[in-house]
Amino acid sequence: MNGGYIALSYADVAAAALFLFVAGLLTVLLRLGLATTIALHAARMVAQLLAIGFVLKFIFSASSGWITLAAGAVMAAFAAREIVRRQERPLAGLWRYGLGPAAMLAAGALALVFALTLLLRAEPWHAPRYALPLFGMLLGNSMTGVTLGLNAFTGAIVRERDAIEARLLLGMSRFRALRPFAARALKTGMTPILNAMAASGVISLPGMMTGQILAGVPPVEAVKYQLLIMFLIAGVVALGVIAAVYASLWRLTDERHRLRPDRLQAF
Amino acid sequence: MLRLEHLARPGLAPVSLKLPTGACGVVMGPSGAGKTLLARAIVDLDPNSGEVFWKERSRAAMPACQWRRLIGYAPAQSGWWADVVGDHFLKPVAADTLRAVNLPPDAPTWPVARLSNGEKQRLALLRALAAGPEMLILDEPTAALDDETKERVEALLQRRLEDGLTLLLITHDKAQARRLGRHFWRIDSGHLTEGGP
Repeated sequence: MNGGYIALSYADVAAAALFLFVAGLLTVLLRLGLATTIALHAARMVAQLLAIGFVLKFIFSASSGWITLAAGAVMAAFAAREIVRRQERPLAGLWRYGLGPAAMLAAGALALVFALTLLLRAEPWHAPRYALPLFGMLLGNSMTGVTLGLNAFTGAIVRERDAIEARLLLGMSRFRALRPFAARALKTGMTPILNAMAASGVISLPGMMTGQILAGVPPVEAVKYQLLIMFLIAGVVALGVIAAVYASLWRLTDERHRLRPDRLQAF
Repeated sequence: MLRLEHLARPGLAPVSLKLPTGACGVVMGPSGAGKTLLARAIVDLDPNSGEVFWKERSRAAMPACQWRRLIGYAPAQSGWWADVVGDHFLKPVAADTLRAVNLPPDAPTWPVARLSNGEKQRLALLRALAAGPEMLILDEPTAALDDETKERVEALLQRRLEDGLTLLLITHDKAQARRLGRHFWRIDSGHLTEGGP
């Protein structure tokens, strides 16, 4: 980090809100009834980000592994809750709460520890200013991937039951019978990260790289960081979706190669 | 011989029956009586209890995939997973096989989305036969067909019976049952009884 960093005052930040303020005024004039919504969401964003700024300040200065771990656990809990809530056809029973979040966490935590100990080598390795942003990016992306993948897969189990059973009836094993549907679910879960990889650098500059460049990091250094992050994210998303889809496949079939949609939560 | 011993599942009282190899058995009964449940239980598509033997080989002693390659089942409602008909067959379908059920030779190139019920039914039958089972369970195989096509399908089934295929036919059509069947059962509220069409 060299001297290229420009510190912002709160007045600068407030001035940046000018365009949104004008847009809000316009919606009032045009009677679009959106001004309250815009104001509430802007206020919510300010409160959330200020709060997290102070929380991070506290965590960074505390520099304790346990506090970092606790912060990571809170992040993981929020991501897990999103996965559970956004499943359209969840598994019945405790599987609903265990399977998706476990797939997301296992891949995410493994890649996080790998990157921190072997690639970034911060001192200590669990230093929160590296661990928490990295964990956040991994979690956010694998949460989206696992949610999309699970919805695609369980949706196919319900809608394509006749087709899947037709494959089983021809003597295919449960894994072979469900392979096209698992492949489709994997593709769905990975679409956002595949799009991000295809677009990065050409259509959009990734947010983290933009931030580093604004903070004065030389572009090629920022690119290296971005590549590292993207590889980690893409790997974690792919592993998380594969784990979630195959665990569901295993749960929604049985050892006699039957399809078991009765193990999904009833409507 | 197909032998069921106390085959049961919810909606199906323990069922025992014997069907000799190479014969055609017919199961009749009102809608919702359990005909489809019985067929699904034999091929092990739903959890069930009891024992099933084919040529004295126990179903429990072999993987379900292997069992289903011996005993095929074409449900009344067929399932399709690919966009084009031909992709559902492991080997290309011969033109004379298609002609035998009144379908043109280009049928494998048709998109599944445009198939009529009758076309689906016949193609699903050919698909099940092409897998080469020793026995086949058919659920209403001619329900959506006109009389001429129905005759052709029955003739095809008759030829396969003469070749040694064993059939278990589920049908509402008494005349068809008499034409093809040698052994008859009725099913009512999940209870199976022996008896003519």
